[in-house]
Amino acid sequence: MSAVIEEHHDHHDHKPSGIGRWLFSTNHKDIGTMYLWFSFVMFFIGGAMALVIRAELFQPGLQLVEPEFFNQMTTLHGLIMVFGVIMPGFVGLANWMVPMMIGAPDMALPRMNNWSFWLLPAAFGILIASLIMSLMGMGSAPNFGWTFYAPLSTTYGPASTDYFIFSVHLMGISSIMGAINIIATIMNLRAPGMSYMKMPIFVWTWFITAYLLIAVMPVLAGVVTMMLMDRNFGTSFFNAAGGGDPVMFQHVFWFFGHPEVYIMILPAFGVVSQIVPTFARKKIFGYSSMVYATASIAFLSFIVWAHHMFTTGMPVAGELFFMYATMLIAIPTGVKVFNWVSTMWRGSMTFETPMLFAIGFIFLFTIGGFTGLMMCIAPADFQYHDTYFIVAHFHYVLATGAAFSIMAAVYFWIPKWTGNMYDEKLGKLHFWMTAISANVLFFPMHFVGLAGMPRRIPDYSLQFAEFNAMASVGAFVFGFSQLIFLYNVIKTTRGGKKATDQVWDGADGLEWTLPSPAPFHSFTTPPTLK
Amino acid sequence: MSSQPNNIDGANNNSTTRVITRLMFVVVGMFGFGFAMVPLYDVFCDVTGINGKTGDKVTLAENLQVDTSRLIEVEFIASLNDSMPWEFKPSQHSIKVHPGEPTRITYVAINRTDHAIVGQAVPSVAPGRAAEYFQKTECFCFTEQKLEAGEEKEMPVIFVVDPELPDDVSQLALSYTFFIKPSGASKNTASLVNNSNQEI
Repeated sequence: MSAVIEEHHDHHDHKPSGIGRWLFSTNHKDIGTMYLWFSFVMFFIGGAMALVIRAELFQPGLQLVEPEFFNQMTTLHGLIMVFGVIMPGFVGLANWMVPMMIGAPDMALPRMNNWSFWLLPAAFGILIASLIMSLMGMGSAPNFGWTFYAPLSTTYGPASTDYFIFSVHLMGISSIMGAINIIATIMNLRAPGMSYMKMPIFVWTWFITAYLLIAVMPVLAGVVTMMLMDRNFGTSFFNAAGGGDPVMFQHVFWFFGHPEVYIMILPAFGVVSQIVPTFARKKIFGYSSMVYATASIAFLSFIVWAHHMFTTGMPVAGELFFMYATMLIAIPTGVKVFNWVSTMWRGSMTFETPMLFAIGFIFLFTIGGFTGLMMCIAPADFQYHDTYFIVAHFHYVLATGAAFSIMAAVYFWIPKWTGNMYDEKLGKLHFWMTAISANVLFFPMHFVGLAGMPRRIPDYSLQFAEFNAMASVGAFVFGFSQLIFLYNVIKTTRGGKKATDQVWDGADGLEWTLPSPAPFHSFTTPPTLK
Repeated sequence: MSSQPNNIDGANNNSTTRVITRLMFVVVGMFGFGFAMVPLYDVFCDVTGINGKTGDKVTLAENLQVDTSRLIEVEFIASLNDSMPWEFKPSQHSIKVHPGEPTRITYVAINRTDHAIVGQAVPSVAPGRAAEYFQKTECFCFTEQKLEAGEEKEMPVIFVVDPELPDDVSQLALSYTFFIKPSGASKNTASLVNNSNQEI
């Protein structure tokens, strides 16, 4: 490897050419780009599935698809959005930005980085293959919901469940390797003078997220391994007849699942913490409290998992514990929202597209946070459990939360990536279309959920018809608005107004000291910090 | 973090290796922890008596004082897992017992299919917090049960309600669910279920 690097030192911006540049890439920027494009492609695939769901739910009764296919859509939409869009999107941002933000030449383990990425197309190829086989009439794709509860996924799982298990194993290996890489990079490759408490918040949030990944992705691997053994090797982990317990599946799954939701939101907090100070032209308010809040959220995420299971018949003491522990999470999260608002307070703000998405994030994520607080109240949760209220909640925190932050990040950093400014008019159009349609799409779900409409069911009672029709209209506007985003990104990579090195007026940090576009190899000599 | 040109391969190699080694231990450890949750979960449920698990242990009811001042109604429930073709019912719907008094009741199972089936009954007691006060000294659920084609079998349960049972509990429900024992023969049934599932 050293030979390769020395060669690169000679002619500085040499890039390998052809397909080999991407297949064998060990460059953090190229791998970051691939992660981001992968995430983008998956976003449209998962989004198309969401539109199938919303089209079916446009009116009560069964119109377009069979219930069995509807189940496959809800399952694959969830899996693809969680594992194929949000997670790779953030890993892509980490790949691009973490080395540039800490003054490192590349990730600590460039070859492993390549492998982490290339496992993903394989994993999702397998998962999507099961859907293609289903469309060709060869059995069902996974149809048990993205939470794959036993016994739906063990005793009653379709044959393609084994594809799903293998796919999850690959995704898990990819995430674990990516996380190890990020931790090793942050611990070992910081520029001289960059102490932990001087790292940009985005680096901090990813540092903590990477630890979460390392702690819980192996548990996910464990639970799908148990499923595999129950299905094929005659064990009874989740089979009551053999002494197992299906409720235990939910405990093991949510022990992974709850930290997982913070894996999807902590990097979003990091992105917003970079963008808000830039466009408020102030330093972030309460830097160290941001770091400690992130760490406390990560810690608390390990002791709240059973709030997903209040209706499984837990003893009251257990419900109370998980209820109060969950409420505690509101405190560090509140600290963060307070700090963002305080950063904006009396700043000289401008509202370019990244800032609009960041403010949209703060506003809409907080709505999702509040509904989360409603659901953590155990006695009230019995009404909300498994209804569209839950669907509304997690789409506010994931779609208008995590996905908004990725869009914000793309607009924020794309001038640095491509050297060109994006089209601001199109960016603003994209933001307003997305923000308004997202609310038309997700807000009515609160009402139908509170009124008792169950999630994951292709039909519903007549009284839910108006709100569902509204949501479906919002869904299609939301979905097609993303084509504006795609067009804007492609347009920016092709050309446009040249970006300055600093790009944004208030931008501060090592990544903005590099030329735009960032050279193929950056910080081959460590920068010196002020 | 040398001041020399950054070289990801050079000075940092040792510390990088150290970090990776430690993190790999965490990964392996957490994979193991996922599996360790299985026995931990059972231990936790046994210790706390939640989950309505009555435990599979045979208890001796020697030193229990019969408390004739209280009368507890115990109801019997029988259910079948949906892949189990037997008929299964308690011989009586309920019985009133004094705490501390050993009582024998029976369940009846009939296999009306044309082949032998091995089943396993899984007990549960409601309310869950009373489960630890319900002790079975003999139960058909302790072992697997085999019924030949057309066989009818009476299966006994001997139980004692612990006099320590909280005062506010005056009614208990004992429920059994019969499952097909998952082994060779049951594979076919499982796949039958799968197929019918897909046709729906």
